[in-house]
Amino acid sequence: MIVEAGHFALILAFVFACIQIVVPLIGARRGDDALMDAGRMAALGQFAFILAAFLSLTHAFIVSDFSVAAVAANSHSAKPLLYKISGVWGNHEGSMVLWVLILALFGGAVAGLGNNLPPSLRARVLSVQGMIGAGFLAFILLTSNPFFRVNPAPVDGSGLNPILQDPGLAFHPPFLYLGYVGFSIAFSFAIAALIEGRVDAAWARWVRPWTLAAWCALTLGIALGSWWAYYELGWGGFWFWDPVENASFMPWLAGTALLHSAIVVEKRGALKSWTILLAILTFLLSLMGTFLVRSGVLTSVHAFANDPERGLFILGLLLVATVGGLGLYAMRAPTLKTGGLFAPISREGGLVLNNLLLGTGCATVLIGTLYPLVLDAFGGGKVSVGVPYFTLTFVPLMVPLLVVMGIGPLLAWKRGDLPGVLMRLRAAAMVTGIACLATILLNDGPAFAILGVTLAVWLIMGALTELADRIRLFRGPLSASLSRLIHLPRSAIAMTTAHAAMGITVLGITGSTAWQTERILIMSQGDTTEVAGYALTLEKVAQVPGPNYTAERATLQVAAGGRTITTLYPEKRRFTNPPQITTEAAIRTTLMADLYAVLGDRQEPGAGGQGKAGWTVRIYHNPLVPWIWIGTVIMVLGGLVSLTDRRHRVGAPARAQAPGRPRTA
Amino acid sequence: MIRVATYLPLAVAAILAVVFFWALSGDRDPSRVPSPFIDKPAPALDLAALDGGPRLTKAAFAGRVSILNVFASWCLPCLAEHPFLMALAKDGKAQVFGLNYKDKPEDAKAWLAEHGNPFTRIGTDRNGRAGIEWGVYGVPETFLIGPDGRIRHKVVGPITNDQLKQLRRMIGDLGK
Repeated sequence: MIVEAGHFALILAFVFACIQIVVPLIGARRGDDALMDAGRMAALGQFAFILAAFLSLTHAFIVSDFSVAAVAANSHSAKPLLYKISGVWGNHEGSMVLWVLILALFGGAVAGLGNNLPPSLRARVLSVQGMIGAGFLAFILLTSNPFFRVNPAPVDGSGLNPILQDPGLAFHPPFLYLGYVGFSIAFSFAIAALIEGRVDAAWARWVRPWTLAAWCALTLGIALGSWWAYYELGWGGFWFWDPVENASFMPWLAGTALLHSAIVVEKRGALKSWTILLAILTFLLSLMGTFLVRSGVLTSVHAFANDPERGLFILGLLLVATVGGLGLYAMRAPTLKTGGLFAPISREGGLVLNNLLLGTGCATVLIGTLYPLVLDAFGGGKVSVGVPYFTLTFVPLMVPLLVVMGIGPLLAWKRGDLPGVLMRLRAAAMVTGIACLATILLNDGPAFAILGVTLAVWLIMGALTELADRIRLFRGPLSASLSRLIHLPRSAIAMTTAHAAMGITVLGITGSTAWQTERILIMSQGDTTEVAGYALTLEKVAQVPGPNYTAERATLQVAAGGRTITTLYPEKRRFTNPPQITTEAAIRTTLMADLYAVLGDRQEPGAGGQGKAGWTVRIYHNPLVPWIWIGTVIMVLGGLVSLTDRRHRVGAPARAQAPGRPRTA
Repeated sequence: MIRVATYLPLAVAAILAVVFFWALSGDRDPSRVPSPFIDKPAPALDLAALDGGPRLTKAAFAGRVSILNVFASWCLPCLAEHPFLMALAKDGKAQVFGLNYKDKPEDAKAWLAEHGNPFTRIGTDRNGRAGIEWGVYGVPETFLIGPDGRIRHKVVGPITNDQLKQLRRMIGDLGK
């Protein structure tokens, strides 16, 4: 019964979404407050019914109701509770329900919290949100019904893919979707602004917190995914330029550009058309990511629903959103008034450069991701685009970006004083120089390590200089500086935090790629090997039972300087439902470096007695790798601090009166 | 000028849409990569025989159409394709060789005794070295080798009904 009620709730949510499209749009056109308010009710209703559907599906997973096809195919009664719940979104159907739930959550938040928005803008935003919601609800109901029953019900389910049974991955999709789907609000605001024909500072201020929230969630979602890949896949790496990783990275790049260009619209009234385009593209890239993952047009570790019919439906939705969004943009953008002028060397100039580089970076990733597909489409044969392409194209674009990130925030609006700013960055430049020299002297890895460290230190020092400048540190009593710090706008602290955090992440990426030590060998019981100053001894490999698997667990004693410091237990887990083997890397972190061990296959002695029996063991020493995720988490904290900025909490400024149109309030 | 430029994103999106649409249609499988071995001479092969007889070398392929099947007793899909290999052996139009991959000889012998042995000769590849030479990335895999010693076709994964038909057709063509 609960299952059928969930299905029915989903249908009702679709009806509410349809109401949400039509009624507020008519209300906004007529200036009818009652109709516009009905849009808010519809948005809240849509959210309530999707929540009901989601809860009923979750219930089916928790009680292991195998008469539901999605549960039978993706769950198992012997699974721990956490993975029964995360199994709800560990499959195509359920993850789509989570997708629309988050979409409706954002719509509901605009309806419930958007009291400072002009009613007509809010009504149009909700209408566009309704269109997206209706499209995806129809997709679920027509092609991917999560409540489909099977008769007779199987005795037990076939289980969730074991590599997904992991806490990191349990929370990776929800955050990713919060990010992807959160950008739908930026899209809806952009479409509403194009319909109204007005983009101004107030618009930019309204759209900012939504973009920021989505960006924070997406950053965290990508970080969780890469962290999971690092410790679960056992390859010792953290980013593989897999098409699906790229699919999440492209909206991130576009969204990061959007965050910055919206500041220019807000402060200076410039870059309006570009910001609108970015808002549309960011969400379209999110949709394209959904399409790529779920249609099976590209090979990827993630491709989980290879169904052309579903792919066609999402392609249809993507097409409608693209033609609607970009078509409206093409027609209306030229009518947007361009705002304040500025010199190339200015804060705006820096932000434009930021946008150019992020935009080009995004295009580079797009080309690399789709090139195999496009080439294949034009009969060019099968190719794959791998890490070398991205190292040669994307990474060089990030070098000037990081240089400018150190300087840009110190430039004044309208017209900056570059020599003056460089003078203020003297101390930062000196520290960077010392770091550069130290790296040159100590570096035993490739030369790019020097560049990476230099850029990262420059970025951190630049961000700190900007903050010190603002609070006049060392130029007066310390107490005065502290009091300035406390009264600084939160957004300023947020920027310093996020930029410095980027520096920490860059250090982590540089350290772990440049100075990684890797050793793959066959070890017998009692063998000792040395990696980066650690002596690892294989004590034994034993069978260990787990809740829904059995594991081969190696015991590796780790000693440094003759003293045993820790024991690593890398595992190979053999799951029975479904039958699959996963590796559990054992990681010992000092926060400065990770010692990372993976247990491989048992090796038989080779023919003719050559080679020895034992286990393949892979050991990595990854310097600075934890900084990648420490940096991203601090970056997200920066975003959250920015969300609490005063200008988002107190009432937004009154909008300038539109000429020749009475204000509807 | 600006008016035209604002249509640019739409134009790019339209091209992508066409590509995506094409990618969805037909039976295109993005994970299938054509083997670089096709129409190339077979790689080196020199393996001890499972039954202790003469070693399995490339010379065995000379002059006749041959099939080399990579199998192991621990591999379930191998069992699924086993009847097709028996059928190909019964056809007698090609010699069927086995490459016993990362397997214990006693397990392999027991497995063949239980399910039947389609192979004229079996090479043992306990540590997977020959598998690397031949670009094997999973079990089972099946190579079709022409009388000139060149690889003509490769089946990745278990042989299916359709693939059996194709193999038979190709064996017929090569045998002419």
